[in-house]
Amino acid sequence: MMTTEQKRERIAQRAALELRDGFYVNLGIGIPTMVAGYVPTGMDVTLQAEIGMLGVGPYPLPGEEDADLTNAGKETVTELPGVCYFSSADSFAMIRARRIDLSILGAMEVDEEGNLANWMVPGRMVTGMGGAMDLVASAQRLIVAMEHTTRDGAPKILPRCTLPLTGSRVVDTIITELAVIRVTPQGLLLTETAPGVTPEQVQARTGARLLIQGLLIEG
Amino acid sequence: MGNKVFASAAQAIEDIPDGATVMVGGFGLCGIPENLIRALVKRGVRNLHTLANDMAVPGAGLSLLLECGSISEHTASYVGGNPLLADLMFSGKLKVNLMPQGNFAESIRAAGAGIPAFFTPAGVGTSVSEGRELRRFGERAYMLQEALSADFALVKAWRGDTKGNLVYRKTARNFNPMMATAAKITIAEVEELVEPGQLDGDHIVTPGIYVKRILQGGLYERRVDKLRFRQA
Repeated sequence: MMTTEQKRERIAQRAALELRDGFYVNLGIGIPTMVAGYVPTGMDVTLQAEIGMLGVGPYPLPGEEDADLTNAGKETVTELPGVCYFSSADSFAMIRARRIDLSILGAMEVDEEGNLANWMVPGRMVTGMGGAMDLVASAQRLIVAMEHTTRDGAPKILPRCTLPLTGSRVVDTIITELAVIRVTPQGLLLTETAPGVTPEQVQARTGARLLIQGLLIEG
Repeated sequence: MGNKVFASAAQAIEDIPDGATVMVGGFGLCGIPENLIRALVKRGVRNLHTLANDMAVPGAGLSLLLECGSISEHTASYVGGNPLLADLMFSGKLKVNLMPQGNFAESIRAAGAGIPAFFTPAGVGTSVSEGRELRRFGERAYMLQEALSADFALVKAWRGDTKGNLVYRKTARNFNPMMATAAKITIAEVEELVEPGQLDGDHIVTPGIYVKRILQGGLYERRVDKLRFRQA
């Protein structure tokens, strides 16, 4: 069994394979933020923080932190050469105008239609949607990077989301510690399983039916 | 030209009345007008409708104003990180309006640009778009979002001059420039107040025309929400 941390690293590492040279990328809080650690050497990827920054660098060394330099997760970060700063309105202008090549977010639920829920649990959790609704509505490509099931083992990939949606028909690809799944007009297509994991094992932990090259998985 | 310079935050916010609508710049604790917030807490105003990206964290930033009972309505995109707000919301003491961050930012920018409403794709197909006018442009659906203005805006800049021109620093810029344009009375606090001519006109982000009052902040705690470090 993988530990939670190992699962999270595996997901981030796999998600990083979707990066391409020259991409402008927005990474959400949690596992998506960890993708920054796996950008291949020599690849030019510019990270956007919706607070108003292009050119986000790694966390600072102790003593290097700056209260005027945080990411959208309100964590201290550093800037890379070529950084630029702008207002939140300008930040979401470039997001809304679909200049972000790839957006990677976490989720509580994803469904067969590519709907995504990650901002509230009625009666239990009030956080607000932050920039998630804006990002999912307008990314060129949206990847959900998340653990395959909840902590209790309940499926997060469902026929229909049960929680209030963050976006409707917005997800392109789901990456978990078990599999890579693409959202297609025909349904959820299982395109890859993690080493040592069978399609049947992935299906057993998934609420929605999965397709392999157009065929339903048995079982 | 009238004098825009105020000697203290207390004097600059002296006439903010009960029930005022007040925008407050900042993202978490980054780029908040901390001197103006402290002065407003001291005044003990009631029933404010505040507009800010979030509600900071207990014991800091805008939360200080919530904790002293000055806020009865709050418009924001994110309120996680402040459990007190959830308590007040559930007990009915606080009305909270949540909206997508980009829509929130653009609503404020629109008000400052004289645009009463605009169409946006963010929130379409979710509870946010319920009851709103929807329209299709090309292949996509958009919803109508009204502009957001305020009686007062409290903003923080790095440097400013006595004409009200403002320059920001790094991500402390965030919501401050739009809010500075969207209120009847914009009050700016700066870390360093200089004479006209000392800022490069090409570098000004907020033109002084929008700023009615300016003061040099007395104390900057410059707190950080989440200190994160990498290994050396």
